[in-house]
Order: sequence, then C-alpha cells, then structure tokens
Amino acid sequence: MHELLSHIIPPFAIFIFIAGFTLFAVYAERKIAGFVQDRLGPNETGKYGSLQTIADILKLLQKEFITPTVADKVLFALAPIVIFIAVYIGFSVIPWAPGFSPANTHTGLFFIMAVISIDALGILMAGWGSNNKYSLLGSIRAIAQMLSYEIPIGLSLIAVVMLSQTLNLNDIAFNQGILATEDIKFIGIWRVNEIGGLLAWNIFQAPHLLFVYVIFFIATLAECNRAPFDIPEAESELIGGFHTEYGGIRFAFVFLAEYAMMFLVSMLGAVLFLGAWNTPLPNIGALQLATWTTGLYWGIFWTLFKSVIIVGVQMWIRWTLPRFRADQLMNLCWKILIPTAFVGMAISGLWRILVMV
Amino acid sequence: MILKTTLYGLKTAVKGLLLTVRHFFAAGKKRENLDIRSDNYFDQQQGTVTIQFPKQKMPLPEVARYQLDVEIADCIVCDLCAKACPVDCIAIESIKSPDVIGKTSDGSVKRLYAEKFEIDMAKCMYCGLCTVVCPTECITMTDQYDRTTTKLTDLIYGFGEMSDKEIAQRKEEWTRFQAEKEAAKTKK
Repeated sequence: MHELLSHIIPPFAIFIFIAGFTLFAVYAERKIAGFVQDRLGPNETGKYGSLQTIADILKLLQKEFITPTVADKVLFALAPIVIFIAVYIGFSVIPWAPGFSPANTHTGLFFIMAVISIDALGILMAGWGSNNKYSLLGSIRAIAQMLSYEIPIGLSLIAVVMLSQTLNLNDIAFNQGILATEDIKFIGIWRVNEIGGLLAWNIFQAPHLLFVYVIFFIATLAECNRAPFDIPEAESELIGGFHTEYGGIRFAFVFLAEYAMMFLVSMLGAVLFLGAWNTPLPNIGALQLATWTTGLYWGIFWTLFKSVIIVGVQMWIRWTLPRFRADQLMNLCWKILIPTAFVGMAISGLWRILVMV
Repeated sequence: MILKTTLYGLKTAVKGLLLTVRHFFAAGKKRENLDIRSDNYFDQQQGTVTIQFPKQKMPLPEVARYQLDVEIADCIVCDLCAKACPVDCIAIESIKSPDVIGKTSDGSVKRLYAEKFEIDMAKCMYCGLCTVVCPTECITMTDQYDRTTTKLTDLIYGFGEMSDKEIAQRKEEWTRFQAEKEAAKTKK
C-alpha cells in the first residue's frame, strides 16, 4: 500500500505543479508582453488581473468538443494527449533536491531525449488529423525544426556527459556542489568541494560549457516552438499552425504541453549547466552560506528559482525578436549551431583528458 | 559570410533585448502627459501608454470632429447634407409652407418644415461632408464620441422637433393652400 502510494503521489504532484505553473506562466507572459510593449497587460480580472488565466481555463473547460467533419477522428483526439504526455513523462527523471527526484535512473538524460522526441509525433498527428492545410504546413515545419534542433541539443548534452561521465541526472546534480562525491575543480584548477556555490557549477568547472549552454538554450527555444523559432504556429501566416482546429480542453492540453516543455527544458538546462539544486552562494570561511542553503526545501527552491528565471528569459526573448524565416532557421541550425556544438564537444573531450586527469 | 551574419544577428539581438528590458522595468511608471498638443509630449518615451478608457479620457481639442449635431432652429431643410452624405445616413422629409416660416440666426429664410430629420450614427463615417455643404452651418460635428448603447436603433438620432399633431396640421395647411391655388387658377 505504502509503495503504491509512492508511485501515485509523484505523478499527481507533478501534474498539479505543471497546471499551476502554466496558469502562472501564461499570466506572467501576458504581463511581460504588456510591459515590454508599454501596455498594461491583463488588469481587470482580479487584483492586477491575477485571476485572468483562471477565468481563461474555466472558459476552455466549458467548451464543446468540436471535431471537423473530414478530420481523422482518432488522430485528432489522440494528438493533444500524446503531445502532453511526451512532455509530462520527461519530468519523471529530473531531480528537484538532493535525493529527491521522481525516479532515479542511470539513463535519465537519455530517457528525457527519447520521450521528448515523441512530442514531434504528437504534433504531426495533430497537423495531419486536422485535415487542414495550415495545420499540416505548421506540423511539417514543426517536425523539420524539431528534428534538426535535436542534434545541437544532443551534441551539447554530450559535451556535459563527457565531463560528468554519467547519464544519471541525480549524479550530475550532486557533482556540482558541496555534496559532490568526486573531486570538483573551479576552471579545472582550484578544488572547490568544500566551497561549493556558484564556483562548483558545471559552467564554471569548465568555462567552455558557457558557450555550450548558449547553444543548448537557443536549440531548446526551437525545440519548444517558442519565438523567435515559432514558425510551426506562425500566427500571421498559418493562423495557429498545428493547433488551428483545436478548442476547449484539447487546446488547453496543447497549451499546457507548450508551457510544461518550456519549464522542462529550463530545468534540464539548470540541472546540466547551472548547478541543478545547488545553491549559488559559496562557503566563505566561517560564513557557511552554501551549507546553510543546501537541503530538501532549499533544493526545491533553487531548482524553481533557476528554472523560472530561465523561463522568464525565454519570454523576454519572445517579445523582443521577430520570427525566423524557415531557411534562416535551418541555416542557423546546420551551419552554425551544429559545428559550434561539435567544437564544444571536442573541447570537452580534451578537457577531460588534459585538465581533469 | 554566414559567420558574419550570425555575429551581426547576435549583436543586434542583444541590442534589442536591452531595449525591451529597459521598457520592461520602466512599466511601473505611467505617461502622465496625455495631451498631444503639449510641447514635451514626444519627450516621454518610458512608461505605459494605455488609457483606461471609461475611467480616464484623453483631452480633446475644441475642434474635435466626432458625432453630428443639428441645430434644428437654424435648418432650412434644403436637403443638401443628405445629398452630400456618401453613406446615406441622413434621412430628411420636408413639408412645404405657404408662407415664410421665419429666419435662421444668419438671416436665411425658412420656407420648409422639417417633418423628419434623422441621422444614423451607426452608418456615419465621420467624413464631415454634410457640415461643409450646409448653407446655414446648422449641422456640426461635436466632441461627443462615447454614446455606447446596447440597442442599434439608439444610434439613430432624431433632430426633428415636430409632433405628429403638428405634422398633420402643417400637411393639411399645405394641401388646403394648394387646393385654393388650383381653385383660383380654374376660376380664371
């Protein structure tokens, strides 16, 4: 019974977290959009418009299921579920705090890459099932984009894995702070096992990872179909792209998946490059800041904090940069990001052999 | 080549991001000066510009040209405005009068009663042609623009002031006058 509960509670908790986060993120996104464009954003529903997204979701939940007559009914109904579940499962292996993750698997990183790829399948199902030329165009663009951008993501992940020598996200997280089980060195020289904090993060252990992180960040933006890489749902050209025909709770799930994906990739980036749940505050002599701010609740706090900041940067970018053209998108991926990611990977290999011996 | 483009793209992206973040943090402020006629109106580049309409209104110039108004006492019912209107939103019906009715404030002679003078503001496109052609300048554009309503017919503004009884009376007067004229003609 006890064991059964421990299998049921985490998925529920994660789902509730995703739902709550989406409500918050949509509100934040609209407010950020407003402020960046010198508007006010939602401000009528509740204090400062804080109940706006709750009103939106209540409206969506009440709506009728509408399936176009010529749509492929099975694919059309299944697609939002596949899209959401692909992202949702990704959350199962990411650690939140020291020793606190839904599942501790040795191949966590590999698992995430595998399940996130299913998202592309769901989008194709949605586009094809809708039997609408805009939807189909949108999903074709989405597939081309997501498949291409998985390569720089994969390469940048390899750059990290080469240094950490493990695919277990828990182990990667542990080795970026004061709880490290191996020797960790700031820029490969200065042992910082006792000092921890900012200095022990992966991007500071091996500074070239900073550039790899930039590649990872750009590629994950494209992977979540966020602006400036939002050609799959380019509103001005394709109406709504692959989710044109969706309404009501099905649309809500597509939306939920988009925001869950944003949080997932932000969290993954934080775990791999920015020290996961480790505190940014170092131990300085008697001031044991790192020791004080490490623990279960602190861990959850730091994970959330870092991820939310990265999500905020994603939104900031969305409301600043215009959309890429399809050919520019492919140019950026194949001619710039992939070669640079290869260089990063090569440096990682050399770093492992020459510096981390 | 492509490397140069990418670096340039990155540079401009950073520039744009810095610009938007400045606006983001300035959003706590509001632009106080709403009057476009003031000299320093365009100096304010920071802060939100949204006008919370029913609670807050923009100052209008005195010559603002919004909804139409008719001073029916000055109208000589010449029908020029209705002819000038490109969308036919003005409907006028007149009754002739045997005698001069009176004079308008600018001295034109009135010979017609305005049985009906209606302007459908829902059709009006605010071009102002009717105000241009009006010989007595009785039809004008006012600074009223907010007449929100839930019924479309509320937007048909009636400016005629005659009651049904009066209309019947004036019509009868005219028919009697014409009959008398006919009778005088046949007598000759």
